[in-house]
Amino acid sequence: MSLPLLLGLPVILLAVGIHAVTTSRRSHRSHWIYGATLIVCVIALGLALASLLMDPTPATLTLPLGLPWLGAHFRLDALAAFFLVVVNLGGAVASLFALGYGQHESAPGRVLPFFPAFLAGMNLVLLADDAFTFLFAWEFMSLSSWALVMAHHQEPANSRAGYLYLVMACFGTLALLLAFGLLAGSDGAYDFAAIRAGQATPGLAALALVLALIGAGSKAGLVPLHVWLPLAHPAAPSHVSALMSGVMTKVAVYGFVRIVFDLLGEPVAWWWGGLVLALGGVTAVLGVLYALMQHDLKRLLAYHTVENIGIIFIGLGLALAFQANQMYTSAALALTAALFHILNHSLFKSLLFLGAGAVLTATGERDMERLGGLIHPMPWTALAFLLGAAAISALPPLNGFVSEWLTFQAILLSPELPQWLLKFLAPAVGALLALSAALAAACFVKAFGITFLGRPRSPAAAQAQETDRYSLWALFILAGLCLLAGILPGLVVDSLAPVVGLLNGSARLVTQHDQPWLTLVPVADVKSSYNGLLVLLFMAFSGAVAAFLIHRLASSAVRRGPAWDCGFPEASPTTQYTAGSFAQPIRRVFGSVVFQARERVMMPPPGDLRPARFEVKLRDPIWEHGYAPIANAVVAASSRFNYLQYLTIRHYLSLVFGALVILLLGMALWR
Amino acid sequence: MALITDYLVQGCQMLLVLLLAPLLTGWVRTIKAQLLRRRGPSPLQPYRDLLKLLRKEALLADSASWLFRVAPYLIFAALWVAAALVPTFASGLLFSWTADLIAIVALLGSARFFLALAGLDVGTSFGGIGSSREMMIASLAEPAMLMIVFTLSLLAGTTELSAIAQFMLTAEVGLRVSLALALLALIMVAIAENARIPVDNPATHLELTMVHEAMVLEYSGRHLALIELAASLKLLLYLSLLGCIFIPWGMATAGESWTAYLIGVAAYLGKLALGGFLLALFETSIAKMRVFRVDQFLGAALMLGLLGALLLFVSRSR
Repeated sequence: MSLPLLLGLPVILLAVGIHAVTTSRRSHRSHWIYGATLIVCVIALGLALASLLMDPTPATLTLPLGLPWLGAHFRLDALAAFFLVVVNLGGAVASLFALGYGQHESAPGRVLPFFPAFLAGMNLVLLADDAFTFLFAWEFMSLSSWALVMAHHQEPANSRAGYLYLVMACFGTLALLLAFGLLAGSDGAYDFAAIRAGQATPGLAALALVLALIGAGSKAGLVPLHVWLPLAHPAAPSHVSALMSGVMTKVAVYGFVRIVFDLLGEPVAWWWGGLVLALGGVTAVLGVLYALMQHDLKRLLAYHTVENIGIIFIGLGLALAFQANQMYTSAALALTAALFHILNHSLFKSLLFLGAGAVLTATGERDMERLGGLIHPMPWTALAFLLGAAAISALPPLNGFVSEWLTFQAILLSPELPQWLLKFLAPAVGALLALSAALAAACFVKAFGITFLGRPRSPAAAQAQETDRYSLWALFILAGLCLLAGILPGLVVDSLAPVVGLLNGSARLVTQHDQPWLTLVPVADVKSSYNGLLVLLFMAFSGAVAAFLIHRLASSAVRRGPAWDCGFPEASPTTQYTAGSFAQPIRRVFGSVVFQARERVMMPPPGDLRPARFEVKLRDPIWEHGYAPIANAVVAASSRFNYLQYLTIRHYLSLVFGALVILLLGMALWR
Repeated sequence: MALITDYLVQGCQMLLVLLLAPLLTGWVRTIKAQLLRRRGPSPLQPYRDLLKLLRKEALLADSASWLFRVAPYLIFAALWVAAALVPTFASGLLFSWTADLIAIVALLGSARFFLALAGLDVGTSFGGIGSSREMMIASLAEPAMLMIVFTLSLLAGTTELSAIAQFMLTAEVGLRVSLALALLALIMVAIAENARIPVDNPATHLELTMVHEAMVLEYSGRHLALIELAASLKLLLYLSLLGCIFIPWGMATAGESWTAYLIGVAAYLGKLALGGFLLALFETSIAKMRVFRVDQFLGAALMLGLLGALLLFVSRSR
């Protein structure tokens, strides 16, 4: 029932986008557009939630669109419904935020038409049930988000980001196209029902897995395919950054899950899980290390997306490894952890990007070295950003901790795996996950501490003002959801159960909501349990008792004075720690290996009045060893073959003829 | 009736850790002073210090925000809850299942997160140096701790601390290489986490090598009292952790008679006294290392933990 309605909503979004083309020159119309997307997203969210919680049986629909012999197939099952919830929740909150934020847009004509189109594209990807519709919607999503990245195209960094994004998006879609081609076979059975029914040979299935990993991984930001992400996500307007980082990467994960867990069916070989697991672990640690080295607030957040995608893929890899060994209850735990983290990351990453947007509006700055002290003029934004930062750093009792805790519990089940390589890999990945969690906390102490705490480092930061009401509502809705998902994790796990059942041969975790005190008990009572609600209550109780007793019985007097600073307070705000100096110990410990970080101090000779200079050099190993050689080879080849551009018509005709002959020969030999 | 007793015992444990924590700190200081041939303050001195601090007014820097004032309560609450969830004199108490060992480690992480933020809040260079070094140390200590958790929970088949403690009392544990590695790693992590020599010096001020003290430099009055109390609670927590995992003897299980509880309390006091004495002995016999040697120290702890877990992963027969 809800499938036709859910299909109608993207059409409405597209109509809103087309309408925006005609009206967006008048800037006050942005209210109208964002209001419309907000309403559509809320309706879609309601429909998807109802479908996930009440009636997760799949519904299908075929429309006479697209390829004439295929038609456009659509399907709404539990997996699609869960991701629809994620997408439309993010879309609704981003629209709400944009009601205020969009007023400051300098080029509304470049944002308003594409924003609804981007939302429509993401919704359609999730509903598609044949390869053609899927890829069409995927490309639609990529291109509309590319247009949004290019909204402020005058800045040279943005046009470079847009170019790189376009190249990587095309590459990713090519990989997906090949994956679907392999799965559909020579008969061209492109609808998903036929692919599901057909049995791919192990070799073909493995190839399709690798292609899906490349295609979806490049969109999600899996190392080493992540290079475009930290450039493109921050370039877009902040509410779009929130959607790209918090939501579009999840659509990419959906693509991977749909192909590998649903279409391919049971994993054939155990190394599938090992491959995904290893990639996830490396992605998590490298992502957070890159993030620590940044001092651009939005780019730091974008690199953190890479880290979280790694955590999600660790869960998915474990699930594949367990499934390959027929350990379905363990696989259910790993899958639940991954899905839970997908939801969590969409919540807190959207929150943090929107908070960065509020800072950008208030100060015009993204560079943390020029911010500081924003907690004084912007206390509410600071509180919401703090909650998001604590949640992404996996601190109890917030939601980020729950999904990482579930992932750890899944890793603890992996000694039962029979393969030796997995036995070695699982604890190593566990160490990588623990390392990335600890580094993430360091990174967000830096992000929040340098941006919001201390004293303002520039006049812009000193004159900042609190953001508007719409934006604050958006921030606090997300912060509230982070807290709720953290203290009532059992309810979230229960609503994920149909999705897990769909992907895992109907094995799922035990029902959580009838546990005493709403405790989360993933495996069995004796193994492990966690109760976020009680942790929160205990903390609130002990903090409140301490505050009450101290203020009542001891002293509650406060006196303000200058900072002490060991007796040598310095008035200039430049004596504070900066983002660069905060990260220096970690740069020295980890960065000297990974990024070959080199620090150099240039002291002028005595008597010289020039200031001393301090220089840090970082090298990006993946760009230098992965991408630069490819780019150089392409440039070299194209300049080599440049002369082919200036041939006569006879030469071209003979080239065409020669190519034809060679192809026919090849065909003849192949048959 | 039984339920009321359970609540009572749980409440006793919460109060016990809170009341014992300053005494433990004072005990370590007294032993250290006597090992250095000084008379030293009485072990009760931390109580007097805390009372004095509590009665004083709080002096706040002009640039301090609301976070600076809220942070001490948050840090104290997180550490008190964490310390009360570690089994001390009895295992399997009423709320012991609220948070397993991973969650307790993460609660310590929460406290550290807010302490580091408080260090950055006033905007002084000392606060920044403390916060940035603390987070560097934590970025190695926390994974090392989680590897220890892995080792223990693989052995005991659970991450519940009470269940691990009960498992350690059974005969099937025996002597294991993994356990020895975990013990060594846990001691190293405990030293780093509690800002003890050789990682940090709890007695130093006005010295560029300080980490913990640099972060709390701007605190005064009741806020400083809460932070000091929280630091004592953290030391107590780590000693209880070592005690309940590696020397669990004497510990009562929930629902036993009052005499069993009393024996448990006595055993717990003995363990704390022993742990405090060994800590003081270790601290007086070693010099502080410079900051950029800490990563090697903790890297070794991480590797030991990983090795312990790996041995268990590999030796698990199916």
